[in-house]
Amino acid sequence: MVRTLGPVWAAMVEERRMLSVAGVVGALASACAVALLGTAAWLIATAAGAPPVLTLTVAAVMVRAFALGRAFLRYGERLIGHAAALRGLTGLRVRVYGRLERLAPGGLAGFARGDLLTRLIADVDSALDLPLRVVLPWAQAALVSAGTVAFCVWLDPSAGLILGCSVVAALVLVPWAAATVTSRSERRIAPSKALLASTVVTALDASADLIAFGEQVTATRRIAVIDADVTSLTQRSSAALGIGSGLGVLLQGIAVVGVLVVAMPAVRQGLLQPVWLAVLALLPLAVFEVLAPLPGSALAYQRLRGSAARLDALELAADSVTEPVVPLMVPPGFRGLELRGVNAGWGAGGAQALRAIDLRVRAGEHLVIVGPSGAGKSTLAAVIMGFLAYEGSIELNGIELSLSGGDGIRGRIGLLAQRSHVFGTTIAENVRLGRPGLSDAQVWEALAAAQLDESVRRMPGGLDAEVGPLGMRLSGGESQRLALARILIDPPPLLILDEPTEHLDGATAEAIEQTIRAATASSTRITITHRLRGICPGDHVIVLRDGRIEAEGSCLELASGVGWFADQLRTELDELEMFEFIEGLPVGIAVIRVPTTGGSIIGG
Amino acid sequence: MRPIDPRLLQVARSTRRYIVAVIVTGVVTAVLVIVQARLLSGVIVDVTGDGLSFNRVSEAVVALAVVVLVRAAIAWGSEMLAVRASARAKEELRDATVRTVLASGPYGRAGSAPGEVATLVTRGIDGLDGYFARYLPQLVLAVIVPCAILLTLAGQDLLSALIVAVTIPLIPVFMILIGLYTKGQVERQWRTLAAVSTHVLDMIEGLPTLKMFGRAKEQAAAIRVMGDDYRSATVAVLRVSFLSSLALELLATLSIALVAVSVGIRLAEGQMSYSTALFVLLLAPEAYLPLRLVGQHFHAAAEGVDAADRVFTILDADQHSMGGTAPVPRYCVLRITDASVHFDGRTARALESVTFEAVAGSITALVGASGGGKTTLINAIMGFVPLTTGTMGVIGSEGAEVNLSDLDRQAWLSTVGWVPQRSKLIDSGAGSRTTIEGAVRLGRCDATVDEIWAALGAAGIAEEIKGLPAGLQTEIQLGATGLSAGQLQRIALARALVRRPRLLLLDEPTAGLDMVSEAAVVRAVRRIADDGAIVIVVAHRPALVAIAETVVRVASAVDEW
Repeated sequence: MVRTLGPVWAAMVEERRMLSVAGVVGALASACAVALLGTAAWLIATAAGAPPVLTLTVAAVMVRAFALGRAFLRYGERLIGHAAALRGLTGLRVRVYGRLERLAPGGLAGFARGDLLTRLIADVDSALDLPLRVVLPWAQAALVSAGTVAFCVWLDPSAGLILGCSVVAALVLVPWAAATVTSRSERRIAPSKALLASTVVTALDASADLIAFGEQVTATRRIAVIDADVTSLTQRSSAALGIGSGLGVLLQGIAVVGVLVVAMPAVRQGLLQPVWLAVLALLPLAVFEVLAPLPGSALAYQRLRGSAARLDALELAADSVTEPVVPLMVPPGFRGLELRGVNAGWGAGGAQALRAIDLRVRAGEHLVIVGPSGAGKSTLAAVIMGFLAYEGSIELNGIELSLSGGDGIRGRIGLLAQRSHVFGTTIAENVRLGRPGLSDAQVWEALAAAQLDESVRRMPGGLDAEVGPLGMRLSGGESQRLALARILIDPPPLLILDEPTEHLDGATAEAIEQTIRAATASSTRITITHRLRGICPGDHVIVLRDGRIEAEGSCLELASGVGWFADQLRTELDELEMFEFIEGLPVGIAVIRVPTTGGSIIGG
Repeated sequence: MRPIDPRLLQVARSTRRYIVAVIVTGVVTAVLVIVQARLLSGVIVDVTGDGLSFNRVSEAVVALAVVVLVRAAIAWGSEMLAVRASARAKEELRDATVRTVLASGPYGRAGSAPGEVATLVTRGIDGLDGYFARYLPQLVLAVIVPCAILLTLAGQDLLSALIVAVTIPLIPVFMILIGLYTKGQVERQWRTLAAVSTHVLDMIEGLPTLKMFGRAKEQAAAIRVMGDDYRSATVAVLRVSFLSSLALELLATLSIALVAVSVGIRLAEGQMSYSTALFVLLLAPEAYLPLRLVGQHFHAAAEGVDAADRVFTILDADQHSMGGTAPVPRYCVLRITDASVHFDGRTARALESVTFEAVAGSITALVGASGGGKTTLINAIMGFVPLTTGTMGVIGSEGAEVNLSDLDRQAWLSTVGWVPQRSKLIDSGAGSRTTIEGAVRLGRCDATVDEIWAALGAAGIAEEIKGLPAGLQTEIQLGATGLSAGQLQRIALARALVRRPRLLLLDEPTAGLDMVSEAAVVRAVRRIADDGAIVIVVAHRPALVAIAETVVRVASAVDEW
């Protein structure tokens, strides 16, 4: 169990003291429940013999005491147990976050697919089940059963033996059978369910295509077939699921009948007082009520194993970057960045996204990296930020990146990415990420530099306006301006702009580009883009294609050559021509013309 | 959540049979519980009493063993029944959801994000197990068993029956009262748990940003503080909600203790027989057990019912559907008259009034700024979005115009070839892997291999596919693929061409293509028009506009401001 539950077990073991207390209190509560029925049975059996009333009074008081004890002890157990388990949960959450912090972002490339990250968060939450639904119920049941069996053995050894056997079966055999059967059926059901989910996603994703080509009925039918498969698998395993509850009832009955059968001759031979027969016959009923939740525990354990395995995979995942043990100090300011023969790629065994990259940035220089999407431009930014492992040499201010470590260089380089992450908190908190402890006035200053101050003033709450999860209440342009303000608060010596206006419409993009140019005119910049608009004649341009540097030089040199840059330039000029043509057309009515074949709108 | 959701019970006919079965097993279980108590108390009394007949006792023990076996069988059988009924109901709900969402198309109100629907259809609906297989049977038992036991007790000992009769109704009353009191608090607490998880997810997704500012490591402490705050708040709420179970438990156990003591004293005073006393003592706890279990299953059931609610919301959403019954004429003109589209909840029109005629053998280019409604117009012709004003119709050889919304939709679409901006190249089974052949065959399922090659040839990609090692059987993997965007775009064009469409709708077919590929597509489009099809193309590059006979500038209202 320890091995398969990995980090979940480790986190909960931290809280073992309070959890043990909860276990003992819970066991006492269960013991009270058993003793309640036992004492009541003794009371009735004794009363039948018309004894002195005092004997009955003691028993009657005990019955009430056990009744109160059971209720109050259960309350204490649940409170102590939940508090300890929640503390363990926090520990696990911090542990998982710490692991992700080391891995991100390069090492998470394999995890980021689908809703796996969300799944991981849910997996952490489900760790509560380990103490509360698996370990504590089982431990209590075991303790109470042991005590009851011992008491029965003292009364009548053979009756105790029978109760002992059925209790062990209910403690071990039934949960084991339930777990084994469900794990076998789950193993077959899980892939079918995954297939169902992926087919539904594919079909819904392509719903327009399926309808357009009249095949939506075929797709629905295929989904129904997969669903029927899932249903039949579930039904086949339903017989097994019933085993848990059926066996429980059966074992309880076997214990009652068995105890009666062996105790009856003992009564007749005078070895056992008749009063105790009622107690012996009723104790199994009480004990099996404590054992009833165990099949459910087994299922909870099965589900927990899946969650724990995913968390364990995270612990075992390889770091994308090996941080140095003793990082070298990078001199302050910016004196130069130089890459020589750099190869890099995402994930282990992934294709090399960058091959043999050589480049150099001097202080005050504006470098532009252009190329089609997928050429490796963002990978290059990630490598320079220290997010990805690399081969070759990268020196910042003369210190090799792998020796200074990622944390050492990141204060020196700022990145404005395609989609900046906006945290689900207030405007002010998002800006203060750039430098903690900033006054409101300084925050306004940064917002003004990013030209976001006017919009913030209009928001309800101003600086304290909540931006919503992932900044959903902000427009795309506002999000990027907020990210810009965050960087401008403490301008880094080197700034990397990775297509910060890529997802914005034309007018917004234009305005933000102007803001960025104005606010960062004096800093050293690397601009990454797939469009040529906005490149200044004086900028040094590197053309990246398929992970290699295709060409390098000034705008003029590249425009007169052949290759991606020249093609792209022609396309963008075409678009300008198109724009002018459209502006001359009336809106909403047809214009009849003579087609040309030369590819130009005006013709020949 | 209401105790019983009538809509859920109407989901499947098998569900109604299941409810009957649950009631029958509930009655049988109640009878068996009573018989078992009777037999057990009889055996104990007979063994301890004087002048016992051993034969009578052993008969009773055998009967007890039979009762136990039958109870075990019922426990096992009702579990099986429950899982089966639940599986059927889930299957039916899933099918209805998928069919509705798929039919509503890409812009239908029913269609939320595909991932969300998939989660609802799988994990969400699975939550119904808690409702069908646990909560519902227990609810039935909680009604039948206490009633049966109460009746039996009344026949044996009126005072005990009175104690039970007074305390049992208190349990549901208590549960409802406490539930009402703690509901708000518990809900707020679960929301906080969700907030903690969301916060951690936010931190994880923002890790690159946090690392850039060197603030990633200190977030661990923030997460710990937040977790601690959450824990103390939760424990405060738990204290109250556990207090409610404490009250229930106290009520149940004290009632049992009260019955036991009162019976014991009357037994000692000779007012009651030993066998009756023992019988009453055995029955009393059984009356309280099912009620306490209902409370335990309530939470699990609520999750499933919540998912079902969302399913019903999807099923009930009013559907726009284009389609009448009129047969599709052999048309040669598509006429759009004063067509505009206005989406609910937005002030601007998605498409501002457009009027034009597209004629067989010619190309009509739609131009204009992005966001101007060009794609909306194509979607309206496809029937994905309804027109707010205006009409669209086809004109046959007799010269009469037939409105598109009167046409049989399936038949109308079978004459249309559609190439959207981002085609999803899948086969008709929506498998996660499809071959080039499967993708093209979506256009016409009975196409021969020669016809597929001809369509690929017309789209200007046949030569490149011949060069692939697996040829037509090359797999197109969604997402990562060895084929370039330009190649995929031309396969989508071939898919539209293989059905030999009378109307071809192209939405920016050359986006993302290099000059050579663009020229190939432009030539293919011209050829199709020359062969007699009506071609409407959304163009953003001059090369496509150049070959068009008609140009229409499409603009949304925003564009005019």
